[in-house]
Amino acid sequence: MLNNETLLTQLEALFPSDLSNADFSFDLLTVEVESSKLRTLIATLQKDDSLGFAFLTLIGGVHYPEDVDREFAVVYHIHSWKHKIRLRLKAFLPLSNPSIDSICDIYPSANWMERETYDFYGIIFTNHPDLRRILNEDSMDYFPLRKEYTLEDGTREDKDDRFFGRF
Amino acid sequence: MNKETAPIIESPSEFYNSRETIDGDIATINFGPTHPATHGIFQNILKVDGEKIISSEQTVGYIHRAFEKLAERRPYNQITPITDRLNYCSSPINNLGWHMTVEKLIQAEIPKRVQYMRVIIMELARIADHLICDSVVGVDTGALTSFFYPFQEREKIYELYEEICGARLTTNIGRIGGFERDFTPVFHTKLKAFLKSFPKVFNEWDSMLSRNRIFMDRTRGTGPISPERALAYGLTGPNLRAAGVDYDVRVMHPYSSYEDFDFIIPVGVNGDTYDRFMVRQEEIRQSLRIIEQAYGNLPEGEFKADVPDFYLPDKAAVYNNMEALIYHFKIVMGEMEIPSGEIYHSVEGGNGELGYYLISDGGRTPYRLQFRRPCFIYYQAYPEMITGQTISDAVITLSSMNVIAGELDA
Repeated sequence: MLNNETLLTQLEALFPSDLSNADFSFDLLTVEVESSKLRTLIATLQKDDSLGFAFLTLIGGVHYPEDVDREFAVVYHIHSWKHKIRLRLKAFLPLSNPSIDSICDIYPSANWMERETYDFYGIIFTNHPDLRRILNEDSMDYFPLRKEYTLEDGTREDKDDRFFGRF
Repeated sequence: MNKETAPIIESPSEFYNSRETIDGDIATINFGPTHPATHGIFQNILKVDGEKIISSEQTVGYIHRAFEKLAERRPYNQITPITDRLNYCSSPINNLGWHMTVEKLIQAEIPKRVQYMRVIIMELARIADHLICDSVVGVDTGALTSFFYPFQEREKIYELYEEICGARLTTNIGRIGGFERDFTPVFHTKLKAFLKSFPKVFNEWDSMLSRNRIFMDRTRGTGPISPERALAYGLTGPNLRAAGVDYDVRVMHPYSSYEDFDFIIPVGVNGDTYDRFMVRQEEIRQSLRIIEQAYGNLPEGEFKADVPDFYLPDKAAVYNNMEALIYHFKIVMGEMEIPSGEIYHSVEGGNGELGYYLISDGGRTPYRLQFRRPCFIYYQAYPEMITGQTISDAVITLSSMNVIAGELDA
C-alpha cells in the first residue's frame, strides 16, 4: 500500500524535474506540475497498474488574479482505489495564454468537467473534442467565476469590510 | 454548436451509425427539456431511425443557479442552504457532508453521538432517495401503483426530518459542529414506528416489482454499461455498483464512524436498468441495517462539538442573552477566525461520490468551493447507454440513473 510519502517518491522518480511545491496538508498529497507535462504525467499514472489511478474524481479551476503569470490553476483530483489514496495535481497557467492539454482521451469523464472549467474560467483545453459552454448560455461573452466579477454591487456601503472589524 | 462532433461511443452505435448513411431515414426529436418523462429539466436531442436511437446529444444547464459563485460570497454557515438544492431528494446528506468538510478544516473533534446521529439521518435520506428513484422506475415501466406506496413511507421519513430540523425537503439540517438539539422524544417514537413498519411495506412493494415478469422483461438489458466504461465515465454510487464495481466512499474512506457498522455493498452484473433497480433496493435494506445498528448503539453524550466559534448558540439564549446574540451574529456573518487550507472531502450521496473541494484563504467566505456532483459527471455516459435502444428504453434508463436536475446543473 502506498502512502503519501512513498507516492511522492515514486512521482519524483517518474518526473524528476517537473514537480514542485509538494504538500501533505489534510492528508492529501498535492503536487504542482508543469502545465506542459501534466497530460503526460496523468497518462503515465493512469496506465501504471501498480499505482492504479484509474479514477478521475474532479477537475476544476481556480483564479488567483494577484499572482502574475500564474493567474489560473487547474486542479485535478485523481483516486487510486487500489491503494485507497487520492492525489491532487495542480497546473498553473498565465492569463495571457490559459491553455492546457485536454485529458479527455485518457479519462472520458473529463469531457464535461473540462467544458465546465472552460465555461467558468475561460481555460482552453487543447484537443478537446467539443469545447463549448455547458452550464451557461452559449452567447455569454465573459467567464463568470473569474474574480473580477463580484457577486454584489461593489458600491454598497452596508457590507463594507471595515464595518466588520476587517481592514 | 458543432454537430460534426460525435460523442465518444464505442460498440453498440456502430451498426446504427452506419445505417444513417445507407437509408437516410432519420428523424430528430426533442426529448425534453420539459417532457413529463424526463422528471426534471434537461434536454436530449435524439436521432431516431423508427424507434431505435442512433445518437443523442444532451443540453444541460437549464436550472443553473451559479452555486459555486454564490458560495464565494457566503460565510460558511450560509452555504448549507445552497447544498440543500443540489440533490434535493436527499438534502440531509448534502448538508451533513458540507458540515463535515468545514469541521475537517477547523479540525473539530466530533462526539461519537453526533456521528451516530448523522449516520441515522444520512441513511434515512438514502432510503428516501432510493425510494423515489425506484418508484419512478416503476412508473416509467407502467406501474403507477408503485409510486404511491413508497411515497407514504417517504412521507414518514420527511416527518422524521421535520422532528429534527423543522423542514422537509430542503432541510438545512444540523449545524457545523453537531445538531441544533438532541433527538426529541417524538423523534424516538416515530423512528421506532418507522423501523417497525417499513420493512413489511417495503418487502410488499419490492415483491410487486423485483420478480415481476413484465417488469423484468422491460428492464433487463435496458441501458447497459460495462464496468470499464462505467469507470471511464466516472460513474459512482448505485449506478457504478450495478455495473459490478464495488466502490463506496463509506467503505473506502469511512467518515462519521461508518467503520463501526456492518453492512454489505450490493453489486450488479450487467449494469442495466434492472441491476440499478435491484442495487438500490438492496441498499435500502442495508441502510435499514445501518440505522438499526446506529440507533441500537447510540452513544450517550453531547449532541454538539465543543467549537463555540462555529457552533451557533442556542436559540433561546440568542433572544435573551446579549453574549449569545453577539456570537450568533458573528458566526452568521462569518466573523470568526478560520484557518486557511485546501480540503477535499467526500461522502456517499444518494447518487454516489458527493465531494466538496474547498479552498479557504482565512477570509469570511471560501476562496473557492467546488462541488463534485455525481450526476453531472455520470450523465455523460447516457448517450452511450441508450444508443441502439428504443425511445421508451431511454426513458427508463434516465429514471433508473436518477439524474437530478438540481445536482446536474448546480
